[in-house]
Amino acid sequence: MAKDELSEFHLVGTRPLRPDGLDKVTGRARYGADVSMPGMLWGAVVRSPHAHARIVRIDASKAEALPGVKAVVTRADFPEGLTGENWNLQENTMAGERALYDGHAVAAVAATSALRAQEAARLIEVEYEVLPHVIDVDDAIRPDAPVIREGAADATVPEGSPPNVARYIEFGHGDTEAGFAKADLVRARSYKTEATHQGYIEPHACLGQLGADGKGEMWVCTQGQWFIRQMCSSVLGLEAAQLRVTPSEIGGGFGGKTTIFMEPLSLALSRKAGGRPVKIVMTRSEVLRATGPTASASMDVKIGMTKDGMITAADAEFRMQGGAFPGAPVDMALYCAFAPYKLPASRHVGYDVLANRPKCAAYRAPGSPMGAFAVESLIDEMCRELGLDPLDVRLKNAVKEGDRASYGPTFGSIGLVETLEAVKSHPNLELPLGPNQGRGIASGYWFNHSGETSVSLAISEDGTVQVSVGTPDIGGSRASIALMTAETLGIAYEDVRVNVVETGALGVNEPTHGSRATFASGKAAVIAARRAIAEMCRRAAAEWGIDAEAVEWANGAAQPAGPNAGKFPPMGIEEIAAKMGSTGGPISGHHESVPEGVGASFGCHVVDVEVDPETGRTTILRYLVVQDAGRAIHPSYVEGQFQGGAAQGIGWALNEAYVYGQDGRLQNAVFLDYRVPVASDLPMIDTQIVEVPNPGHPFGVRGVGETGITPPLPAIANAIEAAAGVRMRSLPMSPPKVLAAIKAAREG
Amino acid sequence: MNYHTPSTFEDAARLAGAAGGVTRFLAGGTDVLVQMRAGMVLPDDLIDLKKIPGVHDIARTADGGWRIGIAVPGAALGANAALVADWPGVVEGMELVGSTQVQGRATLAGNLCNGSPAADSVPGLIAAGATAEITGPGGTRSAPVEEIPAGPGKTTLAPGELISAILLPPRGKAGGDAYLRFIPRTEMDIAVAGCAVNLRLEGDTIAEARVALGAVAPRIALAPGCAAAIIGTTLDEAALAALDAAAQAACSPIDDKRGTVAFRTEVAGVLARRAAAIAYSRAKGE
Repeated sequence: MAKDELSEFHLVGTRPLRPDGLDKVTGRARYGADVSMPGMLWGAVVRSPHAHARIVRIDASKAEALPGVKAVVTRADFPEGLTGENWNLQENTMAGERALYDGHAVAAVAATSALRAQEAARLIEVEYEVLPHVIDVDDAIRPDAPVIREGAADATVPEGSPPNVARYIEFGHGDTEAGFAKADLVRARSYKTEATHQGYIEPHACLGQLGADGKGEMWVCTQGQWFIRQMCSSVLGLEAAQLRVTPSEIGGGFGGKTTIFMEPLSLALSRKAGGRPVKIVMTRSEVLRATGPTASASMDVKIGMTKDGMITAADAEFRMQGGAFPGAPVDMALYCAFAPYKLPASRHVGYDVLANRPKCAAYRAPGSPMGAFAVESLIDEMCRELGLDPLDVRLKNAVKEGDRASYGPTFGSIGLVETLEAVKSHPNLELPLGPNQGRGIASGYWFNHSGETSVSLAISEDGTVQVSVGTPDIGGSRASIALMTAETLGIAYEDVRVNVVETGALGVNEPTHGSRATFASGKAAVIAARRAIAEMCRRAAAEWGIDAEAVEWANGAAQPAGPNAGKFPPMGIEEIAAKMGSTGGPISGHHESVPEGVGASFGCHVVDVEVDPETGRTTILRYLVVQDAGRAIHPSYVEGQFQGGAAQGIGWALNEAYVYGQDGRLQNAVFLDYRVPVASDLPMIDTQIVEVPNPGHPFGVRGVGETGITPPLPAIANAIEAAAGVRMRSLPMSPPKVLAAIKAAREG
Repeated sequence: MNYHTPSTFEDAARLAGAAGGVTRFLAGGTDVLVQMRAGMVLPDDLIDLKKIPGVHDIARTADGGWRIGIAVPGAALGANAALVADWPGVVEGMELVGSTQVQGRATLAGNLCNGSPAADSVPGLIAAGATAEITGPGGTRSAPVEEIPAGPGKTTLAPGELISAILLPPRGKAGGDAYLRFIPRTEMDIAVAGCAVNLRLEGDTIAEARVALGAVAPRIALAPGCAAAIIGTTLDEAALAALDAAAQAACSPIDDKRGTVAFRTEVAGVLARRAAAIAYSRAKGE
């Protein structure tokens, strides 16, 4: 809790105990599967074993005859006539005419016990006509690929495009041909990244209850209770305000819990079972087969560079598949790919392609890691070829405040140069490396996001403060919001409790996504606190018989603004609170808006690896994350976000992948074979927080959750080349692939 | 499902012999309970062996070898300093199974009976020349551990038969063993290839050796060609190269989600060389 004496803040920047810590280490925290109710039923889902199949017939008669089975639902139980993303969500919740991927739900059943529900699910007979399928993005974009959905292309797709192209994007500026002509070196390379899952430890779980009157409730593990409400309402044809959604404590989300998967099924089953609540808890296998990973990508990048390292032009064409529905983040990937560089000319083209895989969901900086893998790898390759220092080249081309971003807008205050300079002077760069060891660096970018935000703050009778926010705490936002609220009110951190509340308690809030909770809910909480302060000053002024303008707030108390205002002792928040019932009633503050002033965050990572030349196995020896946080409200959480992003990126880079058989079935739907890193795979990840305050936030917050997953993929590829002399252009950089590359290089 | 807790192996064998449906024995339960939870197997009879006296014991035998109870978990093997001093390769193989939590339950006998071609404790047992004591309806017999695996998920045990102890021979002088496996991660993974080497020296020369390969064939098996490649040598470069080639020649792996034929074969050779070097160094008392 020691605090720099020179700091302008009392609490912001300190590291108090996290408010959820005791609950989590004692097992008291209530996660999605921990809620149960009297009369509750258990749901189980029947899933397609085929990547692509026409559903000929569903016969649930045997299941329905089983004692204890209370309801079976199929697509026939859902309303018709939905369009756009609502139709996509409904189709993904429950297959209609065709199953579109291995694991696609085709029926669901509710029974009096979990075992009985599973038994009933096995008794539901589904007859399929298996259809040709396609898994890989480069296969899916072929003109003769199996067609996932006729008419899926939206208005952006040029006439004559391959049938699985659902969206097309193109943007750029300047004359790229002229730019390439000015370059001393022009290189074009192709890169591929695999789809990866967020790998949250807590599987999806919900308890839903819906009556024949259309009134319902849901308790659910989610990053956004209003998104759950809106999406379930749309899919089931309900009125949004009639559905009340309470978020549970959350065991990880990383973007994957900003949408719906099986949640509407619990409501549909409940309604059919006479309103009895229905609980559904996914298995890990269901999570991997049927919830949203990120997209896989195939990318062509071309860059022109002068011999002293100035980038003259850039060209990128990205193809991404996000499953059987539109929504691969190819636009985000293109926006972020060159964001750290000031480009004289650029051209970006992207294709969102359908394939027989699960519908992708957001995953930490959606799209940005893929773009970074391609661009940051190629820049490293060109630095090697030209004999240039990759950090100097990044500094030379770095964007600054006032520069036009590669994707159009003009940057406000940003901290890329400060970040790169912090890397340059970091002691890790001086550490010696041994045989088969190498060092790689790469930059990364995320915009950060604001979004609809509504926050209420209320003063309790004893002067302690409760803050109601709508953004579930996935990365420390309760702690950071409590710190900012306490700092604003001039009270102790421990006197503020931040509650994540249900949909009935506030206006619409977007989920915790886009690294927005500490920025947006935090900013709204500060404004709400200021409103409560204004009211408390008014109460004091009324008691003192002076103008409210003559009262100011300091150190948790109202006091006369100056000698002319009169001589009164400070009136503390406890005193004001104790008598608020007789001075005008409850005191609260509220703010709702789409907060302006989002601050983007750049990062740069340095990784040291060792590659075993006989097995192709890569060991991460040392890892450094340097990133601009704007202002670190609770530095431990900021460091945790940096480390978490790096850890997930390391998994994506080295071993994580969806392994499909020739039949289109997912073969590694357990954590044993879907290889996220385990603790012993990683070194303690070094962090350095750069603070270039965001002028758009009262304390300078930028949002730090996502940028950290962006640089690891290329940083590790760059380090592997330095260690083993081989350039890996496709992920994962698993031992068999690295060993094959080493052998190919050896055999020349 | 019927859950049984017999108090002798003879009772356990009788129960298993009389059971008509799907039967599973429960020792540590780290395979059976997981398979039940995943719905892969729903036994009609579950026979828990942990109540049988002696199953939790590690004991020296009269000849200086070891008798290991079928419910002794990996963590207990690792905590037995005398056993670790005799058979470090056997113990390190068992200790690679699962996680710290799994180590509190998982057993040698269970790992063997699960029948996985990638079982981490089995190559070390085979290289060590371990035997399984087997109790069945007809009485008790013993068999070398390498005769137990019969292919993925299968053993040669007859219906009603179960392993009642694992026996390790006396270590003797100037001996050493080692086990190495390859996984892409550092733990919580299944071997892509594995190799155990057990050898005995006379002076600097290898007088006896047994080498077993895991995860590179349908069964974990002895690789006599590997042993022949290093017996009579001081494990010099030529011997290591011959061992590498012999290990690769002994492989008949599959392509699957965990590794390719080419990768498994090549890495088996690498592991054989590295494990032999460790065993040799241990035999020299280094």
